[in-house]
Amino acid sequence: MSRLVVGAHYGVKDWLAQRITAVLMAIYTLVIFAAVLAGATSSHDAWRGFMAHGVVRFVTFLFIISLGYHAWVGVRDIWMDYIKPTSIRILLHVLTLLVLIGYAGWAIQIIWRL
Amino acid sequence: MTYTVRKFDAVVVGAGGAGLRAALQLSESGLKTAVLTKVFPTRSHTVAAQGGVAASLGNSEEDNWHWHMYDTVKGSDWLGDQDAIEFMCRQANQAVVELEHYGMPFDRVDNGKIYQRPFGGHMSNFGEKPVRRSCAAADRTGHAMLHALYQRNVKVNTQFFVEWQALDLIRDADGEVLGVVAMDMETSEVVAFHAKATIFATGGAGRVYYSSTNAFINTGDGLGMAARAGIPLEDMEFWQFHPTGVAGAGVLITEGVRGEGGILRNADGERFMERYAPNAKDLASRDVVSRSMLTEINEGRGAGPYKDYVYLDLTHLDPQVILKRLPSIHEIGIQFAGVDCLKEYIPVVPTCHYQMGGIPTNRFGQVVVTKGDDLSSPVPGFYAAGECACASVHGANRLGTNSLLDLLVFGKSSGEAAVASIRENVKAHKPLPVDAIEKSLARLDRLNTQKDGSNVHETRVLMQRTMQKHAGVFRFSQLLKEGVDKILEVAQAVARTEIQDKSKVFNTARIEALELDNLIEVAKATMISAEARKESRGAHVRDDAHDTPETPDGRDDKNWLKHTLWHRDGNRLDYKPVQMKPLSVATIDLKKRTY
Amino acid sequence: MTTPLAMRTFHFKIYRYDPDKDAKPYMQDISVVCDPMDKKLLDAMVKLKAKDDSLSFRRSCREGVCGSDAMNINGKNGLACLTDLAAFPEGKPIVLRPLPGLPVVRDLIVDMTQFFKQYLSIKPYLVNDDNLPERERLQSPEDREELNGLYECIMCACCTTACPSFWWNPDKFVGPAGLLAAYRFIADTRDQATNERLDNLEDPYRLFRCHTIMNCVDVCPKGLNPTKAIGKIKEMLVQRAV
Repeated sequence: MSRLVVGAHYGVKDWLAQRITAVLMAIYTLVIFAAVLAGATSSHDAWRGFMAHGVVRFVTFLFIISLGYHAWVGVRDIWMDYIKPTSIRILLHVLTLLVLIGYAGWAIQIIWRL
Repeated sequence: MTYTVRKFDAVVVGAGGAGLRAALQLSESGLKTAVLTKVFPTRSHTVAAQGGVAASLGNSEEDNWHWHMYDTVKGSDWLGDQDAIEFMCRQANQAVVELEHYGMPFDRVDNGKIYQRPFGGHMSNFGEKPVRRSCAAADRTGHAMLHALYQRNVKVNTQFFVEWQALDLIRDADGEVLGVVAMDMETSEVVAFHAKATIFATGGAGRVYYSSTNAFINTGDGLGMAARAGIPLEDMEFWQFHPTGVAGAGVLITEGVRGEGGILRNADGERFMERYAPNAKDLASRDVVSRSMLTEINEGRGAGPYKDYVYLDLTHLDPQVILKRLPSIHEIGIQFAGVDCLKEYIPVVPTCHYQMGGIPTNRFGQVVVTKGDDLSSPVPGFYAAGECACASVHGANRLGTNSLLDLLVFGKSSGEAAVASIRENVKAHKPLPVDAIEKSLARLDRLNTQKDGSNVHETRVLMQRTMQKHAGVFRFSQLLKEGVDKILEVAQAVARTEIQDKSKVFNTARIEALELDNLIEVAKATMISAEARKESRGAHVRDDAHDTPETPDGRDDKNWLKHTLWHRDGNRLDYKPVQMKPLSVATIDLKKRTY
Repeated sequence: MTTPLAMRTFHFKIYRYDPDKDAKPYMQDISVVCDPMDKKLLDAMVKLKAKDDSLSFRRSCREGVCGSDAMNINGKNGLACLTDLAAFPEGKPIVLRPLPGLPVVRDLIVDMTQFFKQYLSIKPYLVNDDNLPERERLQSPEDREELNGLYECIMCACCTTACPSFWWNPDKFVGPAGLLAAYRFIADTRDQATNERLDNLEDPYRLFRCHTIMNCVDVCPKGLNPTKAIGKIKEMLVQRAV
């Protein structure tokens, strides 16, 4: 028999995190959009200078972390919906995490290289 | 032949209000209980009750069980047994409070107590003026009640057999009831449920009439099974026609509408109930209101293109009150009458609603029969409660909201009586007779092999039309006489019904044919009992019963103050006296019934 | 006698399947003549059954309170007894299918086990361990009003079987009807098991598979709003978490 196991207590945490990260990403997108309108991308130097600014570095870092977390919850939900065998699902979860952490690390490296 | 037998301490047939209330008693006591039901419990017809359940809680004005008892006896036109009525009215408060404890979402008044509204025939101070006695959850009281009872049964782990059709009672040579034969509708498997106590809570049989507020499932299955097992049916001539069924559709409009201030009007807009019941007016008891409406219609003051209905007027009420207290009525008006009751009148007509008679029981829910000198000797192992039973608390006419009370009180008392009897008598199950399921199998066989038989649908319609014409609101001796012959003719057609679909999986054609077998027993009982009762009383009003000083409004207490018992065997009738002596108070004496 | 209104013939395409004799389901073309007294889809179906007694469907109260005759009508879940015949356009057959997402037992009858299992999983009964008072517990009219829009559910399963989240995870996602019932008890001031009830739903599937698609609101024949109730449960879970 297969006993149905439910009640992993991270439902609300993830639900809330997805919404908070979405709001953060939306704000960041607006900020970048405004900066573009204000001429931050008028030249390569201006663009580089803008992105190298301490505050912009910080919010870009937040954006990357939000994106990673948001994607993690979303992609995990897809694996949970479509992949039933636990072992394969764990493997995919781990791969997803590794990829997302890798991306985040790479993105941070880029931000602070500027 | 071999067949499956399942053993339980108790089997409840039916999962409406009465069945669920009885099941609670059994499950909570730890007995092994099975509840058989042909529909999922919350689909039982209790769900359609609207207006409320009677209890003299006195939450909004002074009230007590003595007044409630008086109203019930008077409402019954003195045919109700006063011991059972006293029992019910005294248990009412507790029964309602229990439901609240189970979680039923009653409406509330400002001080937090249960909301109560006036209802037809419920008066204060022995018939003086209408009183707020009906405990309500908007106009969905039955729904709220049935769900609360089901939920409570979930809590105590009652074992349900959902979508099982009970076929026949198992009764041995000593007359003891040992269970029921039932069929799993999904597979057509026939199983004997062997039990020390069998409780019938199978509801009414309103579908014997063509125009009925009742659900399709109200086919008197318990009555048919009991009659086939040799149990007589009591007072089957008394059928309540609810004053306010939506004209054409038959859907119920609660009396609570009039409780909240609704008024009946004829085509001229006249509030005609003032002429028929100067004191209670629109809140007179149901038989009185239904007859007044038909009198208006018969005398040409009906409304509509055929002058065949009257109006229910709510337009003078505060729309907020309607939407808060009567939200479903507003919906029903739009859905089934095509009118917005905030602005327009609802066309209504008396519609068959409730069967006052049934399987004879005492106030403990034990089924009783005549045995030698004992006119109410309990049948061992057999109980009945709710609409299928006749305790008799409703006599010749039921008061609104007393039916929900009936099923609570007698559902509980029958459960208690069954528990007590099983506890007292700890023997093993009495063996089943060898032919326990033979009769059921023979009926199924007959149905499967019938050639050139009668069509189930057409036969049912014929029966319904016959009942409607020959045993309606007003009864005529000539029509009743002809009705008996006609219904016996229909019975012959029912005995040779044929179905085209012989399959096994969820065969609803077979179920409908089996239901018709039960309906026809009810129809015969009704027509024959009605033809024989040569007086007018409550819901049974004849043209040849005249209003004289000795027989007020045609009621002949000298000859007819007695319960009818119809026996299927030979369509024999006998009678038993009405229990005029209550348990602890003085008899409520006979008098002319006026509202 | 004159016929005041026209008779009308209705054409149907009905999903038929009898596991005893059909290898696979098929759509049956059948029509029936209705008179002006036949107002609702169910009236026509009763006539259809008189014509072909093998047509199987559940029905009982015929006034929209028992929840038996839920089915998929021209692609949308609803109750046959509350669906107006007159509203069907002329010339196009009425397509009747069983509720989606549940196993078919026969014709329009589905196996509702999974639906009820989810309902039972939320512990649908009042929990209150206080000593019982002799009379009713008191509840203010305002507190009672919190239950409006929740307790009226008739468990017809129109909503749950219209929900893609339920189609995908019927064993794990409670579904709109069950969640509405869960909130009915959470919202009841008499119930004391709020925390246990929230714990029971604090899971990535049971509650949070609701993605506010709102099919449930669209199809509910009683006009209830399970999505709103689900939103309130989420709100309480967040309140509790922060």
